Amino acid sequence: MRLPATRLLSACLFSAAAFSAVPALAATIHMIPQGDLKILDPIQNPSYITRNHGYMIYDTLFSQNAKGEVKPQMVDTWKVSADQKTWTFTLRSGLKWSDGTPVTAADCVASLKRWGAKDVSGRLLFAAVGEIKAIDAASFAIVLKAPFGPVLEMLGKPSSNVPFMMPERVAATDPNEQIKDTTGSGPFVFKRDEWVPGSKVVYVKNPHYLPRQEPADGLAGGKVVKVDRVEWNYIPDQNTALTAFRNGEMDVYELPPADFITPLAGDASVKLATDNLGNQGWLRPNHLAAPFDNPKARQALYYLVNQDEYLAAAGFPQDYRHKTCTAYFMCGSVNETAAGATPYAAGQNLAKAKQLLQEAGYKGEKIVVLAPSEPPVQAAAAMVTIQNLKKIGVNVEAQAMDWSTLLARRSKKEGWHIFHTFSVGADVFSPAVNAYAQANCDKAPSGWPCDARLEELRAAWVAEGDATKRKAITDELQTRMYEVVPYVNFGQFFQPMAYRSNLSGVLNVGVPVMWNIEKK
Amino acid sequence: MNYLIKRILAVIPVLAVVAVIVFLLLHLSPGDPAVIIAGDTASAADIEHIRHTLGLDRPLPEQFAGWLGQVLQGNLGVSVFTGLPVAEMIAQRVEPTLWVSALTMLFAVVFALPMGILAAWKAGTWVDRLISGLAVAAFSLPVFVIGYGLVYGFSTTLGWFPVQGFKSLSEGFVPFIRHLALPVVSGGLIYMALLARMTRSTMLEVLGEDYIRTARAKGLSSRRLLLRHALKNAAVPIVTTIGLGIAMLLSGVIVTESVFAIPGIGRLTVDSILRRDYPVIQGIVLVTAAAYVAINLVTDLLYGLFDPRIRY
Amino acid sequence: MEDTMIATLEARLERQRRRPRALAFALRHPVLVAGAALLLAMLALALFAPWIASHDPTEMNVLQRLKPPSAEYLFGTDALGRDIFSRTLHGARVSLLVGVAVALLAALAGILIGTVAGYSRLADALIMRVMDGMMAIPGILLAVALMTLIHASIATVVIAIALPEIPRVVRLVRSLVLTIREQPYIQAAQAMGTRLPLILARHVVPNLLTPLIVQASFICASAMIFEAYLSFLGAGTPPEVPSWGNMMAEGRSVVQLAFGTILYPGLFLGLTVLAVNLVGDGLRDLLDPRIARKL
Repeated sequence: MRLPATRLLSACLFSAAAFSAVPALAATIHMIPQGDLKILDPIQNPSYITRNHGYMIYDTLFSQNAKGEVKPQMVDTWKVSADQKTWTFTLRSGLKWSDGTPVTAADCVASLKRWGAKDVSGRLLFAAVGEIKAIDAASFAIVLKAPFGPVLEMLGKPSSNVPFMMPERVAATDPNEQIKDTTGSGPFVFKRDEWVPGSKVVYVKNPHYLPRQEPADGLAGGKVVKVDRVEWNYIPDQNTALTAFRNGEMDVYELPPADFITPLAGDASVKLATDNLGNQGWLRPNHLAAPFDNPKARQALYYLVNQDEYLAAAGFPQDYRHKTCTAYFMCGSVNETAAGATPYAAGQNLAKAKQLLQEAGYKGEKIVVLAPSEPPVQAAAAMVTIQNLKKIGVNVEAQAMDWSTLLARRSKKEGWHIFHTFSVGADVFSPAVNAYAQANCDKAPSGWPCDARLEELRAAWVAEGDATKRKAITDELQTRMYEVVPYVNFGQFFQPMAYRSNLSGVLNVGVPVMWNIEKK
Repeated sequence: MNYLIKRILAVIPVLAVVAVIVFLLLHLSPGDPAVIIAGDTASAADIEHIRHTLGLDRPLPEQFAGWLGQVLQGNLGVSVFTGLPVAEMIAQRVEPTLWVSALTMLFAVVFALPMGILAAWKAGTWVDRLISGLAVAAFSLPVFVIGYGLVYGFSTTLGWFPVQGFKSLSEGFVPFIRHLALPVVSGGLIYMALLARMTRSTMLEVLGEDYIRTARAKGLSSRRLLLRHALKNAAVPIVTTIGLGIAMLLSGVIVTESVFAIPGIGRLTVDSILRRDYPVIQGIVLVTAAAYVAINLVTDLLYGLFDPRIRY
Repeated sequence: MEDTMIATLEARLERQRRRPRALAFALRHPVLVAGAALLLAMLALALFAPWIASHDPTEMNVLQRLKPPSAEYLFGTDALGRDIFSRTLHGARVSLLVGVAVALLAALAGILIGTVAGYSRLADALIMRVMDGMMAIPGILLAVALMTLIHASIATVVIAIALPEIPRVVRLVRSLVLTIREQPYIQAAQAMGTRLPLILARHVVPNLLTPLIVQASFICASAMIFEAYLSFLGAGTPPEVPSWGNMMAEGRSVVQLAFGTILYPGLFLGLTVLAVNLVGDGLRDLLDPRIARKL
């Protein structure tokens, strides 16, 4: 059989084309991350940049899809005993660590234990766990001593701290000490030799990663990596970061400043990816410092807040702000409710705020508001609170500081009254994950709300397996929260990630995951 | 030679002073790396635990002694956050900072000396006024504003230079210089202005000296006069200015590194201060202080080269 | 012949006498006078800022964010809806205050420490080692570190910027003192039993003033720029205080939307620094051209 020369030629050309496609495959995604990755341990440190690093190099037992449903990720099959007390999980076969050794059930047990000692939700779960043990190399069991509803939700917790799986030797590290070994079983491998803290983080495709067969869906499904290398190039100066992205030097801009959302949305060479839950702003009063040791004074803060004003001050355009949201567990989430919010639904009422403060015994003492210079949302929020407090005649002392100083200051029980921060919806949307809804006094994060009833309701919520009954508890819980006011929600807003339009397959998950993305 | 040894020995107390100042400064400031590591959701107990594992709960003198002991053994410790050895973190950052500083200085000197000399030679004419005016104007704007202006003009509008980043010389000369052009110019303008002014006034002084006037009167050619006699005598104060200006240059470089996202020492230091990464800051300050002292030593020795009257 | 010559000379002298003194001074020192005029204008703006400003410089109006210049907002508004014009005027107060306070503080500390070093051998060794150590740390780093020490206020900023400047002043003062104290008339005064404080007050300090004033003018100019650097690096003047430095630092995140956020404070800062520099240059030429070298 003779091949026509033209066909031979075209075959050659074809293979040549296939060959020249190799450099395209060796594509690098350059991303401007939201901050500088400085801590590599996503269990010890809950910051989002460290969580994002975790999603690059680690995998999870379960993950949430785009609808918020929990789907298996590393787990292949699982069983629940009839009394709902014994949960048995079997891992997918062929899972390997980035050093090529197989992933075992013992690794997962150790990882869960470390996470359970540190994370808000993990602690809730482990309070109910009687025993957790490996059965064989591929399966392990969790035996509950008390009823616990959202077991899978906890194992598939999407945000800080994510129960990432690590090798047993790594997971043996004290949860308050940083791990040193970055071996994971995720889609990418961290290149320690190319890491320049404060500037550059490099990941390459993990040759040992075995993705699921399903298509990527939210954080669930197959994590198929379609590029060779991902570089996080931290650019401290916002103006430079923006220019570098607009000029095409960078492919992904994780957190473009809010004011540029509209201009970027209008740029044909740029696309935006936004998750559907958004973020919630937190105004946190110090429950130990008068007058905010009195619930009336904390309720006054609710009347002080006009959510729209905060979000506008932070620069978010109309369509990236939620209309006034009175749900503590996020508007648009499964736990959204209006219970207990009626008094505040009418919005800002400065006269009422002033009156409540006086009833709480406020007599013109100095109120210290911690005012950071950065990050921008926190900085803007503090400025708005300060101005509104002044409007109702409060003797405000705005204490300006850098963010690190603020963290240190707020960890002290005296010397401050109010600070601001925000959290992504995935860390807010249920009583089991919302760290600032904790009211366990000394054990709660800075602000130290202390309310036995609220704690009882949180415990009842996680113990309840039935969705309808849980809804009733949610209502009661939120009503109590509006009485106690562990914190004030200063607004729900959406923070898109911007990317150049030569990327395709970007997932709208609120975490800059780099799988499924192709670069042309 | 004796003088050299003396000078080098004199460095030790300087470094000791630096170490003490920096250590006290940092540890008295209200920040705390433990709360940053513990994060937003941590309880007081978590923070205390982390503080303990980092050894931050020990008394200050004990911490200082521990650190000093390490340093004397040539070990700068590890970063509280990244866990990387401080020496390694500094080593990663040296190259960009050296290049930025060296090229900034070269840029400044290359332009400032002729400008200053010309202004002095043509003192009182429009050339002098123009140069002096430019020098004062360049001195009046913060480096980052100049940087933004250059980026807008040369990157966004003309597309000639990248906005950020650093490419090592080993990755090729063209990318290397393209990445450094804007940072060097924006950081160098101020330094250039300072040097040009200094050169002008020193030259003016020298040109006013009797022997120059005599030489002029004797009809010595002006170029020969300028370069041979005047410049030679003006060299010592000019070199001094260059040396003294280095501290100022470094301050400018720290800002340029931030504007252009250059992974240099300056940015590392500011980041470390803002997050209280004690071992890193202490290490950097020791190293840069040593470098500064060394540079001053070299400038002192250079005097001997320019002015044979100075002998040690 | 001779008569006419004398007549012309007299006429010239007469003309010179009639020409106002101020004008003559201005013609002889155009740089100094131009700088001083510009500086006075800035001082006037700073002084009368509350009456000239159209808005409260700290009042936010989130509905009026990032507005272009208009009749209501002459320079437009910033990211929190504050009036840039009013903030720029009030910024003159803060920036000039910072500049002058830093210069004064550095000069006073310099005189004190430098004189002690110049007069006491024991103290000299100690002081100069500490000063060398401080000079070895880039000023901006020392300032950022100092800013983290106490919570931000204008006073903190002044101290943080002044402290790194002190060693340079001390060196200058010390070297001058060492020269002055060897002067015959001082030696004579000492021999006559004049007490040291009196010598210092009568002879030494007055001789220091001229070079110090010039040096201080340069410190003042660079302090205003340094204040901007501190804000830029995230450790500057508190955000609710309008200073040119923190206006520019805050403005950089939105400068591509509202150019005025950096343009106007930058322009005023530039002009003021220019004025101070011109005054410094002018003073140097006026008082003593030879000290220029020591700066």
